[in-house]
Amino acid sequence: MALKIVKGSIDRMFDKNLQDLVRGIRNHKEDEAKYISTCIDEIKQELKQDNIAVKANAVCKLTYLQMLGYDVSWAAFNIVEVMSSSKFTYKRIGYLAASQCFHESTDVIMLTTNQIRKDLSSPNQYDTGVALTGLSCFVTPDLARDLANDIMTLMSHTKPYIRKKAVLIMYKVFLKYPESLRPAFPRLKEKLEDPDPGVQSAAVNVICELARRNPKNYLSLAPLFFKLMTSSTNNWVLIKIIKLFGALTPLEPRLGKKLIEPLTNLIHRIMSADRSVYIPFLVARVRTKGESMSVLKYVKAMFVFVVKYLGLLAMSKILKTHPKSVQSHKDLILQCLDDKDESIRLRALDLLYGMVSKKNLMEIVKKLMLHVDKAEGTTYRDELLTKIIDICSQSNYQYITNFEWYISILVELTRLEGTRHGHLIASQMLDVAIRVKAIRVFAVAQMATLLDNAHLLTGNVQRKGICEVLYAAAWICGEFSEHLDNPTQTLEAMLRPKVATLPGHIQAVYVQNAAKLFATVLKSQEGNTDSTAAQETSQLMIDRLPLFVQSANLEVQERASCILQLVKYIQKLQQKDVEIAEEVIALFAGELNPVAPKAQKKVPVPEGLDLDAWINEPPSESESEDEQPRAIFAKEEPKHSRPRHTEVDEKELAKRREARKQEQANNPFYIKSSPSSQKVYQEAPGVEHIPVVQIDLSVPLKVPGLPMSDQYVKLEEERRQKDRADKKKKEKKKRKEKRSGRGKRHDSGPESEEDITPAHMVDIVTEEMPEVPSRISNTISPSTLWVFDDKKSSKHKKKKQKKEKEEKEKKKKKKHHHHHHHSDGGGEESVQNGTVEEEEPLPVSRDGPDQVNDIQGNLQDGSQVVVSVIFENKCDSFLKSMEFNVLDSLNSKLQRPEGSGPHDGLTVPFQLPPGQSNVCLFVIHYLLFVVVFPQNEDSSTHEKLDFKLHFTCTSYLISTPCYSDAFAKLLESGDLKCSSVKLEGVVMPFHHLLARICFRHHFSVVERIDSCASMYSRSIQDHHVCLLVKTSGQTVSIDAKCDEPTLLGNVLDEIKQTFSQC
Amino acid sequence: MIKAILIFNNHGKPRLSKFYEHYNEDTEQQIIRETFHLVSKRDENVCNFLEGGMLIGGSDYKLIYRHYATLYFVFCVDSSESELGILDLIQVFVETLDKCFENVCELDLIFHVDKVHNILAEMVMGGMVLETNMNEIITQVDAQNKMEKSEVTSVLA
Repeated sequence: MALKIVKGSIDRMFDKNLQDLVRGIRNHKEDEAKYISTCIDEIKQELKQDNIAVKANAVCKLTYLQMLGYDVSWAAFNIVEVMSSSKFTYKRIGYLAASQCFHESTDVIMLTTNQIRKDLSSPNQYDTGVALTGLSCFVTPDLARDLANDIMTLMSHTKPYIRKKAVLIMYKVFLKYPESLRPAFPRLKEKLEDPDPGVQSAAVNVICELARRNPKNYLSLAPLFFKLMTSSTNNWVLIKIIKLFGALTPLEPRLGKKLIEPLTNLIHRIMSADRSVYIPFLVARVRTKGESMSVLKYVKAMFVFVVKYLGLLAMSKILKTHPKSVQSHKDLILQCLDDKDESIRLRALDLLYGMVSKKNLMEIVKKLMLHVDKAEGTTYRDELLTKIIDICSQSNYQYITNFEWYISILVELTRLEGTRHGHLIASQMLDVAIRVKAIRVFAVAQMATLLDNAHLLTGNVQRKGICEVLYAAAWICGEFSEHLDNPTQTLEAMLRPKVATLPGHIQAVYVQNAAKLFATVLKSQEGNTDSTAAQETSQLMIDRLPLFVQSANLEVQERASCILQLVKYIQKLQQKDVEIAEEVIALFAGELNPVAPKAQKKVPVPEGLDLDAWINEPPSESESEDEQPRAIFAKEEPKHSRPRHTEVDEKELAKRREARKQEQANNPFYIKSSPSSQKVYQEAPGVEHIPVVQIDLSVPLKVPGLPMSDQYVKLEEERRQKDRADKKKKEKKKRKEKRSGRGKRHDSGPESEEDITPAHMVDIVTEEMPEVPSRISNTISPSTLWVFDDKKSSKHKKKKQKKEKEEKEKKKKKKHHHHHHHSDGGGEESVQNGTVEEEEPLPVSRDGPDQVNDIQGNLQDGSQVVVSVIFENKCDSFLKSMEFNVLDSLNSKLQRPEGSGPHDGLTVPFQLPPGQSNVCLFVIHYLLFVVVFPQNEDSSTHEKLDFKLHFTCTSYLISTPCYSDAFAKLLESGDLKCSSVKLEGVVMPFHHLLARICFRHHFSVVERIDSCASMYSRSIQDHHVCLLVKTSGQTVSIDAKCDEPTLLGNVLDEIKQTFSQC
Repeated sequence: MIKAILIFNNHGKPRLSKFYEHYNEDTEQQIIRETFHLVSKRDENVCNFLEGGMLIGGSDYKLIYRHYATLYFVFCVDSSESELGILDLIQVFVETLDKCFENVCELDLIFHVDKVHNILAEMVMGGMVLETNMNEIITQVDAQNKMEKSEVTSVLA
């Protein structure tokens, strides 16, 4: 009977396969762990059976349990047993289990070598395949070494299925056994041209991974990949190849240039086929540097459809190489900050860092502050906070024009709940207050407010991090106490009993700075005839300090007791009516200067001083000086800055440091290096206790509102507007020089001695923003023309603007002709004048409609347009030389001779006698704006004239003849979008109308039948544009078709405009 | 390289885990939990890419995921993989599962995790993409299943 039961249970046990196990677990939701442990016991029983089927079943179940987090390494040997089964079914189970739970330290792996070798050479391709798959997961250096040859043989297997697996696994083998790379490489290279696409893709994959680690070695394969790229149709392979080129181009710059064309073709090809696929190409393509410019417009398009995230990713790649080009997409990126997706927001934040300029800093930070308020989740908020500070403080606060604003931002940030970055804010406050002298008054006022409202910061236990800012606040108020409006009140705030709840190092700073404040207060009160005020202050100190004397923190205790005794002594003197303020102030005298972290190294070693020699017998314990915890505040005092000998080698230093730290940690009497202020204070001689009267200090309870940074943004805006309005060019020039001078100072590295002096003055009110002509709206862009007059002497330059203007008006009259013509391949030139006369020689910005520009695409190169400019000298002075320059923008670039920098102008190759004109051709890539610089060598005066070139959409059209049958075919193809427009009240004859369209918009007539005509043109990007123009009476209707809807819309708009003007 | 492939359901229960780098079982479970935590709190209509994850990851790594009905398919990849390429691969994977299981649902994955592993093994090998062509994958999987079937019947006979 008992036997029967046992037998029955064994039977059931055999029956329980993976599905039963899963079902069982699902049925035992309450006691899952218990159920599984009984299952494991059963599995252990099964593994003891001789039947391989039972074992395989058990191993299969173990694989499942492994996924649930159970350790199954104890069954490793059984797994090997199952792997070695001759049946594919079991073998597969065994290899799967092995791939899931074997790793390098599994010791049974070495038993598998022969088994795997046998499987690799099995006649059954799936045995081999399964072995390769398994091996790829648990290959060890030993296995790699032993099996490398076998796998290499498999790379030339007849079955592509095996070949591709063998190729792929070679990467793992290389990783574990690098010696195999050399002999295997030729074969791997061969596989790049394997007839089977799977094998080819595997080989590309492996080489890409290898090249990621060491691209230099794979440069020689570039031509091969180049061929593959142009021939392959497998997207996966293409992506990998482009990624590979991304790694190679930095090493071989010529490659980048070569790649532009095939990549552009690729993008066009894929774009037309499937938009979603082409994005990875772009992202990959962007990585191949040097042609980011033209890519940007695609990237921008990416925002419109599918994946913002990838667009941002690509932009951050571009930002590294072409920061300017991304800057104009600021709005788009700021929009992304509103995205609800955190991944996208974080990416956008990254981008912002590179985009700030003096002009937009406030705006960006304001926006970020809004997000800080809205943000939920501390991680993201903290990220925002650090970004704000990063953005503002980058390159020595280069972009901050108004430090008052920055301080207010910092103060606003302290209101954040639960941030971890109090310390960061504190160090920023300190840094700014110390280095920007002019800001101190403001900073001190703000800090005093902070101290006054300290309860807001410390009220919540969760806000621990933020109370770090009180450290900075206390220090700033103490150190620059002479700027305080109401030092008594601040002193009172610093000595509140609540302070005792702050962390020790902050209390220490409070105590120390209370003493400094006390000195200031004393000074201000001593002048008065009434001495009671001064005595009241001393009494306040004496009343409050004992609280700190009892502090558990040694630093606080020591400082408090020192200062307490000092104050008591002072009080005694006060009662004798002794003037003591001067002496108390002297305790804290001395200017504190910021010191670069490495400045100490620059202090020369005095002659005759051998730092290596021992002064005393070498002591058993290290007694090297403790390091400054924060290098910025190192006091400039020669005896303190004992120069550490720099020659001591790093190891020795590290050892000593370590030993010292150990020692300090073990020494209970050692005051832990705390951020003490660097003032030296003398200990007051002990004085006997003097009875004093307690006085109630009636400090007015004024809680001024915390500052709002927003108001600065507004102020700044107004200021800039004002600046802009009354700005005249002479001033501008002067400032430019000033600015460049300042810029130089910025450049000096952090180690230079110049850095020791404060690098930033805040004379913000007079500083002006650089005029960046960024008012780009689609095609219109501002430009500037500088004109130089030799009659004008240089001294006029410095005269007041009014006078200058008068003089100029007297002396010269100039007209500047802007004339554009297009030249196409046949050399035929059609000229159209757009003349603008300038009576006033001051820089004038001309608006687009004033001019009629005619710019046309260059037939030889689709990415270029040719602009011709007529320079006409309408004044009576001789223009000796002129310079023409374009500020390269996102989409446009002046074609410059090789070797010249991106900001160099082109010298206009002729001189202009009075009253003459000449034509000059300029080739511009996707032109947007132009600056012209005529300049006279004789005199140092030069002038600038602003003008705008209007690049209309049709400027990019090239009139191309088209036969009517081809035209018909095009229309029938059906991939053109249709749109139409009606013009009323056109009175001109039909042929005039057609001529006008041809002329202005570069169309050519395909066919004309009576009052109906078809016209054709194509853009430099090969978009077809077809028009059907019909007229009846005064109404003209134009039906247009184009494969690019935006282009179509714009062309129609322009045509409409042309006729609305006449 | 692909570092890990995880499938779990809306409650974070693992349905398949494949790590191409070794972790011990506890860490693996933590990774699954953490990944679930990161992925599940995201809206349906946000992008499919995620940076972060303390355990698996680092700056070079990304989580690329797709959510199908009750299941999350998550790939943890490094920067050598194209984001959309991997998204595409997930799609291929799911479509292949759909073909092999005929209207795949979560239950298929629960009870036949071994089969899912076998299918995955034809697509990704040792962290590298082996095959992206669905027909090719299905052909190979079918051939192996046929072989298995013939072996089982021979045992019975």
